Amino acid sequence: MVVGQETRTIDLTIDGQQVKAKEGATVLEVAREGGIYIPTLCYHPSLTPYGSCRMCIVEIENIRGFPTACTTPVTESMVVNTNTPQLQELRRNILELALSEHPYACLICDRRERCQPFHITLRKTAVTSGCTMCPKNRRCELQEVVDYVGLTEVRLSPIYRDLPILRDSPFFDRDYNLCILCGRCVRVCQEVRGAGAIAFTYRGSQALVGTAFDRSLQDSGCQFCGACVDACPTGALMERSGKWQGLPESTVTTTCGYCGVGCQLNLEIKGGKIVRVAPVLDNSVNQGQACVKGRFGIAEFVHHPQRLTTPLIQRNGELVEASWDEALTLVTKRLANYKGNQFAFISSAKCTNEENYLAQKFTRMVMATNNIDHCARLCHAPTVAGLAQAFGSGAMTNSINEIKDAACILVIGSNTSSGHPVIALEIIKAVRNGGKLIVANPREIELCRYADIWLRHFPGSDVALLMGMMRVIIDEELADLAFVEEQCQDFDAFRESLINFDLDLAEKVTGVTSDKIVEAARLYATHKPASIIYAMGITQHSHGTDNVSATANLAMLAGNIGKPSTGVNPLRGQNNVQGACDLGALPNVYTAYQRVDNPDIQKKFETAWVCSLDASPGLTLPEMIEAAYSGQIKAVYLMGENPLLSEADAGHAQEALSKLDFLVVQDIFLTETAQLADVVLPAASFAEKDGTFTNTERRIQRVRKAIEPIGNAKPDWWIICQIAKRLEAEGFDFEHPSQIMAEIASLTPSYGGISYQRLEECGLQWPCPTKDHPGTPILHVGKFVRGLGKFTPLEYRPPAELPDEEYPLVLTTGRSLYHFHTGTMTRRVMGLNAIEPEGVVEINPVDASHLKIADGDKVKVISRRGEVIAKVRVTEESPPKVVFMTFHFAESAANILTNPALDPVSKIPEFKVCAVRVEKV
Amino acid sequence: MEELKQQLAEILTPDRKDRSQLIPILQQIQGKLGYLSPEAMLAVAEFVEIPGSTVYGIATFYNQFRFTPLGKHPVKVCMGTACHLAGGKLVLEAMARELDIEVSGITPDHDFSLDRVACIGCCALAPVVVIDDSVYPRMTPPKVEEVLVSVKPASQEQSEKQ
Repeated sequence: MVVGQETRTIDLTIDGQQVKAKEGATVLEVAREGGIYIPTLCYHPSLTPYGSCRMCIVEIENIRGFPTACTTPVTESMVVNTNTPQLQELRRNILELALSEHPYACLICDRRERCQPFHITLRKTAVTSGCTMCPKNRRCELQEVVDYVGLTEVRLSPIYRDLPILRDSPFFDRDYNLCILCGRCVRVCQEVRGAGAIAFTYRGSQALVGTAFDRSLQDSGCQFCGACVDACPTGALMERSGKWQGLPESTVTTTCGYCGVGCQLNLEIKGGKIVRVAPVLDNSVNQGQACVKGRFGIAEFVHHPQRLTTPLIQRNGELVEASWDEALTLVTKRLANYKGNQFAFISSAKCTNEENYLAQKFTRMVMATNNIDHCARLCHAPTVAGLAQAFGSGAMTNSINEIKDAACILVIGSNTSSGHPVIALEIIKAVRNGGKLIVANPREIELCRYADIWLRHFPGSDVALLMGMMRVIIDEELADLAFVEEQCQDFDAFRESLINFDLDLAEKVTGVTSDKIVEAARLYATHKPASIIYAMGITQHSHGTDNVSATANLAMLAGNIGKPSTGVNPLRGQNNVQGACDLGALPNVYTAYQRVDNPDIQKKFETAWVCSLDASPGLTLPEMIEAAYSGQIKAVYLMGENPLLSEADAGHAQEALSKLDFLVVQDIFLTETAQLADVVLPAASFAEKDGTFTNTERRIQRVRKAIEPIGNAKPDWWIICQIAKRLEAEGFDFEHPSQIMAEIASLTPSYGGISYQRLEECGLQWPCPTKDHPGTPILHVGKFVRGLGKFTPLEYRPPAELPDEEYPLVLTTGRSLYHFHTGTMTRRVMGLNAIEPEGVVEINPVDASHLKIADGDKVKVISRRGEVIAKVRVTEESPPKVVFMTFHFAESAANILTNPALDPVSKIPEFKVCAVRVEKV
Repeated sequence: MEELKQQLAEILTPDRKDRSQLIPILQQIQGKLGYLSPEAMLAVAEFVEIPGSTVYGIATFYNQFRFTPLGKHPVKVCMGTACHLAGGKLVLEAMARELDIEVSGITPDHDFSLDRVACIGCCALAPVVVIDDSVYPRMTPPKVEEVLVSVKPASQEQSEKQ
């Protein structure tokens, strides 16, 4: 959807073949597109051309010498020859030079095919001295190139440097004896990932890819994303998992089950197991990139020995194994007694769209209640409420691949590099393209390195900051009043509410100097298109909906909506939190936010499901916990959630769930919450089932079954259908999730055009109302979904709990790159635990010296609700008076401390601000 | 660390915050400290906003930069053509053996550092060794010990030990 001038088409001839090309393309790109192979070693589609390996030299009429195809742009009527005897001879000579430093015996051996039966034995050797002993055998690019140029002899004497194999990464080995110095790993690390952990060191015959001062990867800023491994053409960089297993038997493309970016991954399968995972290059949101969790953190949790493989039933205070029939019969029998509002379903943003659809159908139709909710309540409920109110749709307005073209990006309340690493890469791309970056975050996050302005505001002062910026925009007449006039409403009321936000107040409340606020406001208002990106730093407050409204106001004020690379873009946390919301796993709406209290909608669903439905909205997740505590709710069906770690004031949640008459937990592991259950049902992981996830940019993508469910585990959709059928409900006879999607499409306007067939290629972005609708990358084009964009007047409300004498510090929570959510999956991955074994409390050096604590000391963090013990990391990344913890670790569970004060509109608890004190233990 | 910061402050002036300044900055730091320490290189990396690995990569590319400090008495063994032909390599090996360090290394007491250099323009005296500012002509392996003692008498070593 990039809007630009029409690019000119160029006609040229390659190897006698007439081809058409876009202006600006290189000879190599055009040839590859036309199916003509030109050998390359240093070229990689994700990287800027380098032209160093000289393999892609070609002959071009009227051009002297042998230009490299990867660096030569096509011109009109160009005549290119890629495969002449002279070229091949030159390529062989150059390749000989490269191979003199790479074990080449097998590469040119005329009996190498006959060697194959023995290669397994040969691989027991620790030294790779030839292809048959190389883990990259048969997918090595050197082999491909050697075959193509027909090299049969290397006349130079071999040089083997006998470098030690470096095993300092928990996930991959570095054997630089096999390195051909193509520089792809170095370039991908710097150009694409922005990490710069490795570089070329030394020179000439001593040249080597290495880290700064030859330190370990972790010490030199490596994020273990694996991009270097994917970029490596040889066996020099190889992941350890599946290293010696050879080629996979099959490869299945699916959607990553970690965060909301929705990276497309290839799962490589051998012997019924995932042996390797690699990101998909073409036709994917991630364009060949992934993060450490998706790249290296999947196979191990899927095949973890602690996976639940059989149903468990609580007998005499102990969970004992049971058959499916036993467990399902028990669940059915017990649930039959709790129909109506004493039942609640806690659904899961980790499960597929189809499963969430069934969960709400089951709750509403079979259990006759609207008490269904899921963890979106704890992350983006204010987004759904705030953006729906302002724009008419509570989702990311624009797409991920537009971010790189933004002239200005405001990242507020999002540590994108940790929470959504692959989206951070797009932001870095935008900066490299000359875009301005404003980061608003109390903590010094990774992106601050790229920022033009870093606004270090106090936690919970977002409304004051954004309103302060808007005041500047209006005062300096930078607002897009034509847009406001034409497409928005309630502007005057909003403008009046700005009167309270003069710069002095903004500076006082936020702690950001007024000149910085002015600068940021000018930058955002004058560099268009400008995009706002936010995450839970905006939403997880007792005024989360106000924060969201503030971002919406800002975007409308500058006219940054409904155009490419603009918008308000909430980054959704879980892989399918967007889908779980879309499919109605919420107490007040059916699919696609069709309200339960709308009689027409109620009628529509009653007709479709052949039942009568309740028109009163159900309880939200925190309300359910409260109702369980008070005894109002007696039975809970919990699917793929771990509220004991994810709820604010987790201790209270545990008490509440213990009070239930009946608790069913369906999960892939025996989580902290599952240990309280009466019945535990083993679910299949995302790799073991078919379905769809909807990512943060509203793209519905396929999840494909790669392996059979582990043990006796079953897909969640199958389990829900079984229970529903046993409760004698009609309409749960599904053989395959595609049939469920067909039903979803028939009842859900924005998913109306979705079918599995159409999702094959790269998914579709909703709204996609009809079978021939191409999907919608940008919302609100020309007109807001709700008609007119609605400005919301705002006032500043401080966080519900502020520091005082007894609890003098602010605790804010967040995520780490290496762990996910409550750690159910990532804490079972050895490598991730090796990198980050435990949760730490980050504290500013000023506070640390005041409290007389040093880096690595153990401290007790105490709030009004509880206390946890963790190690301290003294760092300036945390501002003075603020301590930071992640919530991934059960043994130092930050949510024991957090404040369950709710946002009045969306009922999200205030995870991001609570008052604590820190004591040395 | 604080001391290093102060030393670097004069070199890392705001007007030089550009990667084109990298090599001159590194040269000046070496001029001041005698070598490039990891800490200094990291400080430069942060200053010009490029990864530490890149600074290290560029510094190791050039022979002019050294990564170990110079000793109190820097020993340079000439390996220019004339000295090489006259047995410079044997002298270098003897020197390494005698000091018990590797080439480009430094003794634990930081008295001596050992480097090989290209021609120093005294070909007629080959093979030569330069210690501090004195040139030692027509070196042979047996003369190595004698020369080192003349630079730092054994008695001095003794007294230092006591």
